[in-house]
Amino acid sequence: MSENNANQEPSETVLFDSAALKLDCGVTLDTLELAYRTYGTLNDDKTNAILICHALTGDQYPAGENPLTGKPGWWTQIVGPGRIIDTDKYFVICSNVLGGCGGSTGPQSDNPDGSGPYGLNFPVITIADMVRAQNLLIDHFGIESLFCVIGGSMGGMQVLEWAAAHGERVFSAVPIATSARHSSQNIAFHEVGRQAILADPEWHSGAYYAQKAHPRKGLAVARMAAHITYLSEAALQRKFGRNLQDRESITYGFDADFQIESYLRHQGMSFVERFDANSYLYITRAMDYFDIAAENGGNLAAAFTNSATRFCVMSFTSDWLFPTAESVNLVRALNAAGANVSFVEIESDKGHDAFLLDEPEMHATLNGFLKSAAKARGLTNDAGGDDD
Amino acid sequence: MIDPKSAAAGNLAADRIDLQLIADMVPRNSKVLDIGCGDGALLELLVNQRGVDGRGLELGQSGVNNCVTRGLSVVQGNADTDLSYYPDNGFDTVILSQTLQATQRPHDVLREMARIGKRLIVSIPNFGHWRVRLDLLAKGRMPVTGTLKASWYETANIHLCTLQDFADLCDVLGLSVESCITLSRGHAKSHAGRPTRRANLLADQGVFVLRRI
Repeated sequence: MSENNANQEPSETVLFDSAALKLDCGVTLDTLELAYRTYGTLNDDKTNAILICHALTGDQYPAGENPLTGKPGWWTQIVGPGRIIDTDKYFVICSNVLGGCGGSTGPQSDNPDGSGPYGLNFPVITIADMVRAQNLLIDHFGIESLFCVIGGSMGGMQVLEWAAAHGERVFSAVPIATSARHSSQNIAFHEVGRQAILADPEWHSGAYYAQKAHPRKGLAVARMAAHITYLSEAALQRKFGRNLQDRESITYGFDADFQIESYLRHQGMSFVERFDANSYLYITRAMDYFDIAAENGGNLAAAFTNSATRFCVMSFTSDWLFPTAESVNLVRALNAAGANVSFVEIESDKGHDAFLLDEPEMHATLNGFLKSAAKARGLTNDAGGDDD
Repeated sequence: MIDPKSAAAGNLAADRIDLQLIADMVPRNSKVLDIGCGDGALLELLVNQRGVDGRGLELGQSGVNNCVTRGLSVVQGNADTDLSYYPDNGFDTVILSQTLQATQRPHDVLREMARIGKRLIVSIPNFGHWRVRLDLLAKGRMPVTGTLKASWYETANIHLCTLQDFADLCDVLGLSVESCITLSRGHAKSHAGRPTRRANLLADQGVFVLRRI
């Protein structure tokens, strides 16, 4: 493996050209690039590394300022100097997922055969493939075992895959608002999004890069539909109700009369500026295929037998995309496997996206769990010690 | 089921003196499941004093969150329905302190505990205590005492029994009473096996150590 320091400003990129990645679909990627950000310093023993796994449309900038948007990173509530995931204490790694569009190898990357961007020639990837790629990155840092792997939603799926398939490298795991398998309803929502993209004439069977096109409308509709699933009925009602958008009365037309319509349109249109439609197809597919139990003869507990990892599972009361029942199912399996597991359901009306928001109870739980895990790991930094 | 204010280890509320007794009965560095662990007072005692690998199960969400925030491994769950997910002989000791009387099916809970753990420690309030008997006999009222604080209509304690009743149930379930400690106003008395009839009258609570026969 060799490091490619030439083409990155905001995040680093590492090129793996000698460590081929064999994918679940049978295809082997001979070269693979991963874009990542790190925060903090790796200690001499290399025992203080935390891997943050991002969600479907996330990126490698959880902390500080996102250099591309100028906005705060997506998890600055939690990650940063003096925060719960304290970058003064821990070495924090976050990489753009395989198949993503934030600098890691994905459908918009050039096919090594010289034919231009992969498009639909990019092999179908899985959550396990994403995690295999992250394993290469952890090898690259010479880290044997991660202090913690943490993430919400699809990030939580990666956390579970790490714990199930590479458990010896995971001291503690925090899967938040996630599931050990994608539900039928969630696959259904993803299919709606994908069909919207496929139906957009600008998609050009996935080969839109050469046409300088982008299926913006299809991708925007996909995002709009998905965004509804990230919120909750109560949160929508509280935030928008039936309020009208910049008008006194309804217009008897199909303009965005209601604030919620205007909000969703804005969500859709701003999303297409930062996300690649093919990446959306590939990554949603990876989530659909995720089913840890199926990989273990239908027995979820078998995936975690003899696991020495300490787990902290969290769910939110109003999350209907990854409802608490999914976490309970996971926790029961972890208990059956004899694993060390904590499970907390957080009261919130903010829906699935609650894991990204200011949720004091979630933060207190995570803080307590990480401190106790750090103690068990022997990470007794000055900053560690007692409660805040 | 535990008053959250009595949280800090080493500063146990006088009415939860059973917790220190239980902690003293648990072998060091063993693997322990505390069912109905409340806010984790006992679990914290066990982890800090006895170095155990401790896990907890608690029905109340605030208790669970409080535990995890303090670094304890606790999951939200129900003793009546969730014990079946734990593996056979997964723990050295399984503890149920002041919780049995609040379960729907105490005998099934005990059966599951005996499957999960090699050794059981169960503490219960004694409905055979003389004060309880006197309240019923003299006043004709459901008793409200130091260990049974709530009125009949709001109590979580739906399956109360006497120490003798409990020992009888253990016989039925094939559990031997290895030892028991009875508590009378904070004063502890040890018994080699079942509690005596005298203890059944004088003790307000009992802590039983059980094994599968």
